[in-house]
Amino acid sequence: MSAGVELDHVTVRFGDFTAVNSATLDIKGGEFFSFLGPSGCGKTTILRTVSGFLEPSEGKVRIGGQDMAGIGPNKRPTALIFQNLALFPLMTVTENITYGLRVRGVDKAARTKKAEELLELIALPGQGNKQMSELSGGQKQRVAIARALAVQPQVLLLDEPLSALDLKLRQHMRNELRTIQRMVGITFIYITHDQGEALTMSDRIAVMSDGVIQQIADGKTIYDEPATAFVASFVGENNPFAGTVVRADKSFALVETRFGRLHGRNPRGMKEGDKAILFVRPESLRLGAGASDTTLSSTVKSVAFEGNMTHVYLEGAGKKDITVSVGRQSTTSIPERGQMAAISYDAALGLALPEGQLARE
Amino acid sequence: MPRSAWLCRKGNWPVSSRFVVLVVPFVIIAIFWLLARREAKLRHDPTHKGYFERNGMTLGILFIVLVALWALFLVVLPYLYMVVESFHPQLPPSKRGGPEDVLTLEQYKSFFVQPVGGGLNVTHIGALVFSILASIAVTALNFAICYPLAYYMAQSSGAQKVRLLMLALIVPYWVNEILRAFALRLLLASRGLINQALMGLGITDAPIDFLGIDVGLYVGLSYAYLLIMIFPLYNAIESLDKNQIEAARDLGAPWWRIHRDVVIPYAKPGIASGCTMVFMLSAGSLAAPQFLGGPRTLWFTSVIYNFFFQNFNWARGSAYAFILLAACIALVMLMLRLFKVSLGETIK
Repeated sequence: MSAGVELDHVTVRFGDFTAVNSATLDIKGGEFFSFLGPSGCGKTTILRTVSGFLEPSEGKVRIGGQDMAGIGPNKRPTALIFQNLALFPLMTVTENITYGLRVRGVDKAARTKKAEELLELIALPGQGNKQMSELSGGQKQRVAIARALAVQPQVLLLDEPLSALDLKLRQHMRNELRTIQRMVGITFIYITHDQGEALTMSDRIAVMSDGVIQQIADGKTIYDEPATAFVASFVGENNPFAGTVVRADKSFALVETRFGRLHGRNPRGMKEGDKAILFVRPESLRLGAGASDTTLSSTVKSVAFEGNMTHVYLEGAGKKDITVSVGRQSTTSIPERGQMAAISYDAALGLALPEGQLARE
Repeated sequence: MPRSAWLCRKGNWPVSSRFVVLVVPFVIIAIFWLLARREAKLRHDPTHKGYFERNGMTLGILFIVLVALWALFLVVLPYLYMVVESFHPQLPPSKRGGPEDVLTLEQYKSFFVQPVGGGLNVTHIGALVFSILASIAVTALNFAICYPLAYYMAQSSGAQKVRLLMLALIVPYWVNEILRAFALRLLLASRGLINQALMGLGITDAPIDFLGIDVGLYVGLSYAYLLIMIFPLYNAIESLDKNQIEAARDLGAPWWRIHRDVVIPYAKPGIASGCTMVFMLSAGSLAAPQFLGGPRTLWFTSVIYNFFFQNFNWARGSAYAFILLAACIALVMLMLRLFKVSLGETIK
């Protein structure tokens, strides 16, 4: 069974500090939903509010349509997987997994049966009698998932559970988590600062910055149609060109930047005179000139060959370089360091957004 | 005591058993010598820096001499002398080393069987049993007070609050033990503050004899060793990951189960360490039972004290002291075994 989670204008304050500012969203039952944002953006606070360790200062949390105000974490239909897993070191694998059932007074035979089922699910069959110290990082990870699933929660909350693992294992666990979620069919709420994790696993993602939800959409929309300058700069690589809109219509805007007038889509409907940032992703840029309003030129600072790609870094407007990613299929010759090079893009791949805070590098 | 008598005694033993004590220094010196030999052997290993290389010759010798003297005169010899003493009869100084100064179990026997009359020594056995049972009660009471406090300090309060609480706990111990005991006595006396308050409020008509029913004893002893319980508990609980408690809570555990299943098992070495120390210290305490115990209460250490300082029967006093020690150690070992804690863990 799975339940949806609704946040209705949830604000969480710690003294004068507002950790979450009026978050409103509706997570559907059975959805894999991620909160993505840099550390300190308030995503863990949201998770703790949903699990019941924090009460919102304002607003309501509803799980399965039921208001959760005043209901403690031990009474909510949620289970939390902690960043450091918080497995009980003095208990065996089975004791860890069945702890929630033991607390609920489930008899031993039923507990053992459930533990065996779950050990099967997490691919650790027959390892129930092991001590926690005998397990590897990935195995502990799976035991933590099994322990949370054992109490049959309607919502599983995951607080960056993969961050302690090495890269290979992390990628493997992504697939595994997604598979487990499809198998058990309950709502997963996943917290991460790693956009790769969010993009590969989630049905929908909420991008957060400074306690404010910037955008809620599926991964492709987040990447292709970022709603704010923050999302555009935080998710994936992006080249920002700040300037002022000099001409605009419903679909396109022309932005006056340090590199000339540049053309881009105008989804937010900016008007002439608005401060704007034009974003072009490195893979959307190509070497060589195109139409005059989608071409800029700058000095090549360095070239980095990365196997499948070559990154060319050009002098940017501020501290940040302009990055151009050149794929292997490109026949254009790579310029030398110190040369002036012209680069261009398709007008549809440029995106003009209102000026706003960018993600820190 | 004539020196010659030490060396050649009449009787079954060619030398006085007290002479054994004199052998100990040589044994200790031999141990240090063997340690030095081991050092010398390891010298061939170029990566190993020898003891004298690390400390220099002068300091090295000084350290060895100081440690040896400390071990010898402050630890080994006094205790050993008491052991030897406990196996001897009580004799006036002139007869010590004489023909009557033989090895005997008489002092130990006198604990069980009265030397005069031969009946079972109910008074002393009773005092030992009472002291041990009361010490167990004091330990339990102390734990019940300290555990919530230590948990609160370790898990739920800020650093500032912890410092304040620590200060509030430590400062009263600047007042000396006797003064504290008498202050408690004043509070609990039949005309004391508490009784007057109780009578003033009409809760009782006649004063309650708190001291007579040993309330003073339990309160005094519990308070005296509060810090000794609280620090090991605090240390143990403080290192527990907060997420463990939250995880248990998230899985549906009520608060008492979180303590039973997560906090107490984790803090077990600290609990064992605190309980062992409080038990040992209260069983061996002298001042609080003497000042706060009821008139019918006989604490075992008072019995020992009286043998030493009133009857001048050092032999019997030391025998009793060792009986107390053995009983306490046996009980502690049994408890550690029962709760599956190893002795090593409690020292950590």
